[in-house]
Amino acid sequence: MSILVDKNTRLVVQGITGNAGTFHTQQCVEYGTNVVAGVTPGKGGLKWENTVPICNTVNEAVNQYGANTSVIYVPPPFAADSILESIDAGIELIVCITEGIPVQDMAEVRHKLNQSSVKTRLIGPNCPGIITPGHCKIGIMPGYIHKEGRVGVVSRSGTLTYEAVWQLTQKGLGQSTCIGIGGDPINGTSQKDAVQLFNEDPDTDAIIMIGEIGGSAEEEACQYIKEHVSKPIAGFIAGASAPKGRTMGHAGAIISESGAGTAEAKFQAMEEAGVKIAKNPSKIADALMTCYSG
Amino acid sequence: MNIHEYQAKALLDQFKVPIPKGISANDEASIDSAIAQLDPESLIVVKAQIHAGGRGKGTFTDGYKGGVQLCDSPEKAKSAALAMLGNHLVTKQTSPQGRKVQTLYLTEGSTIEHEYYLAVVLDRESAQTVIIASTEGGIDIEAVAEKNPEKIIRVPVSLDMGLKPHHCRSIAFKLGFSGNQVKELSKILNGLYQMAIEKNAELIEINPLVTNQEGSLVALDAKVSFDSNALYKNPDIAELRDTNEEDPKEVEASAYNLNYIALEGNIACMVNGAGLAMATMDIIKSYGGEPANFLDVGGGANEEQVTAAFKIILSDPNVKGILVNIFGGIMKCDIIARGIVSAAKNVSLSVPLVVRLEGTNVEAGKVILKESGLELTSADSLAEAAEIITQKVSA
Repeated sequence: MSILVDKNTRLVVQGITGNAGTFHTQQCVEYGTNVVAGVTPGKGGLKWENTVPICNTVNEAVNQYGANTSVIYVPPPFAADSILESIDAGIELIVCITEGIPVQDMAEVRHKLNQSSVKTRLIGPNCPGIITPGHCKIGIMPGYIHKEGRVGVVSRSGTLTYEAVWQLTQKGLGQSTCIGIGGDPINGTSQKDAVQLFNEDPDTDAIIMIGEIGGSAEEEACQYIKEHVSKPIAGFIAGASAPKGRTMGHAGAIISESGAGTAEAKFQAMEEAGVKIAKNPSKIADALMTCYSG
Repeated sequence: MNIHEYQAKALLDQFKVPIPKGISANDEASIDSAIAQLDPESLIVVKAQIHAGGRGKGTFTDGYKGGVQLCDSPEKAKSAALAMLGNHLVTKQTSPQGRKVQTLYLTEGSTIEHEYYLAVVLDRESAQTVIIASTEGGIDIEAVAEKNPEKIIRVPVSLDMGLKPHHCRSIAFKLGFSGNQVKELSKILNGLYQMAIEKNAELIEINPLVTNQEGSLVALDAKVSFDSNALYKNPDIAELRDTNEEDPKEVEASAYNLNYIALEGNIACMVNGAGLAMATMDIIKSYGGEPANFLDVGGGANEEQVTAAFKIILSDPNVKGILVNIFGGIMKCDIIARGIVSAAKNVSLSVPLVVRLEGTNVEAGKVILKESGLELTSADSLAEAAEIITQKVSA
């Protein structure tokens, strides 16, 4: 039915009493997500909106309320520390929405995640989150554009993911799970990781991968796709018209002065891996429908 | 965030990396005072301070050649400095209009036996600091990487262990140093590494690092850039920002937390989200149009930001049409609609405007636009919006 999140997800919200934390927790609860606790240091013992218990630490949320997944709406200077706190508390899946975390802080997080004793998966940072339509929504995406189904979607972008999902939904193609992996250069789950999870999920029949200029995440995913994926798969890369040497909004979206990370190179890698390409962002669902009819 | 060479050199000095004596100047009096402080027996190098590479081979818009001048007398140094100051320098990395030189850096000349390359980079792929070194300094390192990849030394430094003496020794020996030079290089590497970590530098590039006649190592040029997200940790670095080096529209946008990048085309776009903003530029291009800018209004923009965004894109005289593409998630479409209406009333809108709204509160947003009496075209999809605006602009 899905990957990573479903009805069994027990969510703790880090930064639940902030503006973003409060607004999006309301949205997620309305969608049906099981929010078991929140964390705001110093407010432990209180209740958020008279419903969700607030803890001082993630550890308490795990021990007292059985949290297994966390979402982070903590401001950038404290966000990496919040990720590390969740890892230490033994959270299985961390979704970090925060945008603007210093690269060096994320390097420390990656270092920790790479340790063999750590079993935690991180999604993000600087991402919209993850949703299994009809079951569990973690993050800031509008719930109503999604529809339960069997297409897995992975993307580095937020609103561009909504665009692709909306195209699918309008054409009657529901989604198993949609993951926004975020636009930062150092992140947790990669394009390749997400594609692999979808490929191994019996309830995902087809995959959409949306990338951006910069880095080599899409090329690495394509290498995996070439060797392992036989499910129908379509993709798009944003930034074909971007100039060299300028960071396009996302810290990771940059074509280096030497020309590495161009949309052209990524489209080519996708083509060689057998991914159906949408050259036009309004035709992402159409590209998938050339090889998959639902 | 990039900084000037003279600022980078001051930081290097702070971290005990040897540099030639140098002083910055920004008017005739400070040029005189700078020259007076330098060794009269030495050559004086006058260097234009702009955020772009290729200064030495650059040409000023009035025809004066070279943004780096080697002068054998104080008089010549002064006349070179005055020729550069206020002049626009065009290099392979600037636009054809060039960059206005507002600051000069005057340094004592150094003898050069050999030029090396040295850099400390926070490598995003491997999420760790990497030292890069080469015996082929003084030229574009990317050219070396392409033609002689074996001449590039890469040494990754693990985050929890830090830079160790054996890293420094191995780099020094690979560069062919011996005796005291090994110690000097170790000291330089330690300074650079410490500066990278403490100040959240993404790149510190010394090109060239030279050996002089006495065999000592000196950093002759430096390029340093910092992680903009970490500036809050280092107020001293944040102060080094020079907004003269940025497009005024981009400076204005950053004051409103908008992400704006000026481009060459004539169709302005206003989009929420970086990926969708890039995709919107791409689709404009695929319909034969040229985007005038990248503009991401972010996830939680308010009416004030949307109004500011409109003013900024309309201050670009090349703009012949505007495409607004909003897929509301956190951002609610009615807020965007109110911002568009209030902005359009504030600025006299004289170019075609196409608006595509989708997502949270889309119906309320469409009603606000319709009832405003504004002259605009609503589009239901990204493709339709792009097609209409390119037709209107080319008509």
